[in-house]
Amino acid sequence: MTAILLIAERDDRGDISQSTLQAITAANSLPDANVTVVVAGDVADAASTLAVNRVVMISAVSAADDGIFERVTDEVAALVSSTAPDVVILSKTDFGSVIGARLAFRIDAAFAADCIEISSPGDSVSVTRPVYGGSALAEYEIASSPAIVTLRAGAYEPNSDSGTPEVESFSSGASGEQRASVSDTIMEAREGIRLEDADFIVSGGRGLGGPEPFSILADLANVFGGAVGASRAACDAGWIDHSHQIGLTGKSVSPDIYMAVGISGASQHMAGCSSSRTIVAINKDGDSNIFKEARFGVVGDWEKVLPSFIATVRDLKA
Amino acid sequence: MTVRIVVLAKQVPDPETPPSQFRIDESTNSVIPPNGVPPVVNGFDLNAVEAALQLRDAGADVEITVLSVGSDFVMDAMKKPLAMGADRLVLVDDIGLDKLDSSATVKVLAAAIEKDGPFDLILGGRQASDWDQAHVTLGLAEVLGLPLVSLVQKLELNGDSISLQRVIPDGYQIVTAPIPSVMTITNELGEPRYPNLRGIMQASRKKPDVFTLADLGLSSEDLTPKLELKKLYVPESNRQVELIEGEDEADSGKKLALRLREEKLI
Repeated sequence: MTAILLIAERDDRGDISQSTLQAITAANSLPDANVTVVVAGDVADAASTLAVNRVVMISAVSAADDGIFERVTDEVAALVSSTAPDVVILSKTDFGSVIGARLAFRIDAAFAADCIEISSPGDSVSVTRPVYGGSALAEYEIASSPAIVTLRAGAYEPNSDSGTPEVESFSSGASGEQRASVSDTIMEAREGIRLEDADFIVSGGRGLGGPEPFSILADLANVFGGAVGASRAACDAGWIDHSHQIGLTGKSVSPDIYMAVGISGASQHMAGCSSSRTIVAINKDGDSNIFKEARFGVVGDWEKVLPSFIATVRDLKA
Repeated sequence: MTVRIVVLAKQVPDPETPPSQFRIDESTNSVIPPNGVPPVVNGFDLNAVEAALQLRDAGADVEITVLSVGSDFVMDAMKKPLAMGADRLVLVDDIGLDKLDSSATVKVLAAAIEKDGPFDLILGGRQASDWDQAHVTLGLAEVLGLPLVSLVQKLELNGDSISLQRVIPDGYQIVTAPIPSVMTITNELGEPRYPNLRGIMQASRKKPDVFTLADLGLSSEDLTPKLELKKLYVPESNRQVELIEGEDEADSGKKLALRLREEKLI
């Protein structure tokens, strides 16, 4: 049996996040998997129908008020000590990365971050993770237990089965402390649809040359009811807010159409969009890496290509 | 009172190396350094250097020490933070230290920080552009038993605490952390400054303080990896791009839309 402890996250609507549902698929793929999902808070709701063996609620921590994750780390560490799982799986989000790393170094366990594959042939755990910004893949073997792993978004399909897990509550009994305090949370107004939910995304990069062309991309996104993304270069240049950044250090997206305009397609960018269904590229440089990743492409100046593309799409959709 | 800041920095292969020059030696599971492309300081670590310098710009009395663990250091690269305005460079330089896994790297950093003396803040970049693990700074906070604030985009010293903006999806939090604390700095902080001529001249005269493993009371047996690297390889891309060519660029745009329609994508 492989005993797996899976630390769940909720999205901003309070549902179990897509990345957690993907992690359940990964966990269930391990041999003779026995999966325990851990949720913060004292309400299981959406977790109580997951296709797993057990749900443990950490009642001492509410999901919302744990800004730097100290108490939830303490509780998870206590739970790991008392249940001795073979594998601990988290998502490669800020929450999962901080808790995973702190947990691993607290209990002196092996930690593999940002994995795209996990398996367990025999007694050890094997993981594959992209390195050098996605230019290479590294396969590791972890012989010690527990193996603590964070999974990259989109690496597995989300689990959509339902089940009847046992639901339990856990508290370490420790009073716990937060040594840093969150005094305020400021949400930036978002126009239109979330990038993570969009079926169509058009992203701009260095090749746009400035902030103004992003309004053309916004027009195109509107025609599809989609969203505008950007490369890190465009965000760091101040052409568009960082909340639009797609890539290794930005958001991970998987729309039906991902249109890359003036983006060279560095592996760091592709890490955030390579699970899109169809990648379409417009770039002046026919040798740029984006054409190795795209399904359809136009080698040309976006200023000439895009207006007729947008006009034609409008006609087709009219 | 001087606020002592340690900034963690790593020497990495230049991430701007064209993908065509990226090669792996599969017999040793390591990257072959591309000819004529010198290594650089990890770009995200320069965000952390910039964060420390911004505290100084705001009027704080800070001493900025840049700390790195590795081998075969290239001084032209490693002195860049000094040229930007950092005060000191401390290198732990020994055979094999460029190939440590993150658990061993954290051990060496913790020992070096203890050896080098008291500190108030430890800043790291959000991740390194080589192994992309993004957890050395996080693990160091745990080993040192300190609070950790991740993904910081803005900092302000207020006496014995520090006020921070921490990036969350679609917004940020205002966090107050005690001193000492550990934080990772994200690129939302803004572009690191370019060194000016005066900075470059000053950096050229500074000598790094260098420690070996023995100086830190460590031996290579203390640094056994927890993750065993079995295989490192370049994935094969099986995508085949279909290039759309029209009479001119405008016609290509039109044909692209029609082609996507054919595929029922529009």
